[in-house]
Amino acid sequence: MKMEYLSEFVKLSLDEKKCTGCMMCVNVCPHGVFEFFDKKAHIKNKKACMECGACQKNCPAAAIESGSGVGCAYAIIRGMINNTAPDCDCSGGGSSCCG
Amino acid sequence: MEIEKKCGCGSNAGEGEAVTPGFICGWHETGGRKIPRVSSKLDFNDIAGTLKVRLALGRNDYKVEPGLYCIGSPASDSPVLVTANYKLTFDILRKETAGLSAWILALDTKGVNVWCAAGKGTFGTEELIRKINEVNLSKIIDHKKIILPQLGAVGVAAHMVKNATGFNVLYGPVRAADIKKYIAAGYKKDNEMRRVTFNLRDRLTVIPVEMIMAWRYIAGIAAISGFLNAFSGKFFWNKVIRDIVPSAGGIFAGLAVTPILLPYIPGRAFSVKGFIAGAAWLALSGLKFGFTLREWIANFLIITPLSSFFALNFTGATTFTSQSGTEYEVKKTFNLMKYSLILGVVLKILSKFKK
Repeated sequence: MKMEYLSEFVKLSLDEKKCTGCMMCVNVCPHGVFEFFDKKAHIKNKKACMECGACQKNCPAAAIESGSGVGCAYAIIRGMINNTAPDCDCSGGGSSCCG
Repeated sequence: MEIEKKCGCGSNAGEGEAVTPGFICGWHETGGRKIPRVSSKLDFNDIAGTLKVRLALGRNDYKVEPGLYCIGSPASDSPVLVTANYKLTFDILRKETAGLSAWILALDTKGVNVWCAAGKGTFGTEELIRKINEVNLSKIIDHKKIILPQLGAVGVAAHMVKNATGFNVLYGPVRAADIKKYIAAGYKKDNEMRRVTFNLRDRLTVIPVEMIMAWRYIAGIAAISGFLNAFSGKFFWNKVIRDIVPSAGGIFAGLAVTPILLPYIPGRAFSVKGFIAGAAWLALSGLKFGFTLREWIANFLIITPLSSFFALNFTGATTFTSQSGTEYEVKKTFNLMKYSLILGVVLKILSKFKK
């Protein structure tokens, strides 16, 4: 069963003018967000994006802007308390994300 | 040339060096270098190690030495598989590549799995370039393809690796179990190999760690309850159980029940799902114990933030929550949960002094 998260907050945009059609984003996206037609990539299913950042990282044309970070409440709360950016360091225990 | 050890891949000292890890079952000679050959079989130690990690006993520092390994008898045209040096990951890879002849390049991810390490950048462009140069990969193989797990793309920019080293990064399947199929298909993957799942089995795998992490909270509740009830005369154990079971159940509702029933509990926000699971538990335990009105209120204020918090915490173990969404949820609910819990505990304490 496909689960949807709070998709209205997802940060993801694609500048189709810059797209060179290499299909890298289609290839690396773990949630099938992109679709390829007319020799360019298009965002098909933004709701499924988890902001892993793989598409932005691997876009040679720098056509994609994506949020990138950990969707982990533990990391975010720790960041809030320590006044730092959310850091996914599970070595202190508390979450199984790094298993 | 082969130097095969007649061994069951137990612990064996190799070639006058320090003790060789048990998963190395021989050495493969190529161009005057000896590359450790890994066994595709997991032995007792490997399985015990996996169990320990999955049960949160000694999760840290479970790693293998970074560098070049091989499986089978690879030649200069054999595929190169890049992985993390988390032993759990490494073990899965060698098990799933049984029968293949390939090179395995383990990056130094400080013993963290591929996806998380890619997020941190340790499974990243720089480390990959460094390792390619360190092991002199272009002397080992005569092609220019290296296969990375797809989730490594979070930390690696393929075009930058190409610029720096000349090697083409191919993002293979998400799961090691699909590697043979991927190679057999001529380095092609279908959409299924590309997708991350989060089915019941995936969720059940990560719950034990969460549960074991939670014992200290339950122990804390027990200690506070024991202390408060110590001066209250009769029925000590009854009172302690009446304190612990509802709150411990609230934690359990958040960190185990919510994940297991994740797709079936209404709401998209994890805190909402956790709240619902906690409210259900409140009703159950209230009817079972026959709560007084004051107990209903105090337990509501304690159970629902606990279940909500632990459900929210599970976002870190999922494969589909975004940081923007999680951040929104945390900011909206964290203080509410905190004050509700404090108020509930105060009410509980006050009720200890009233008849």
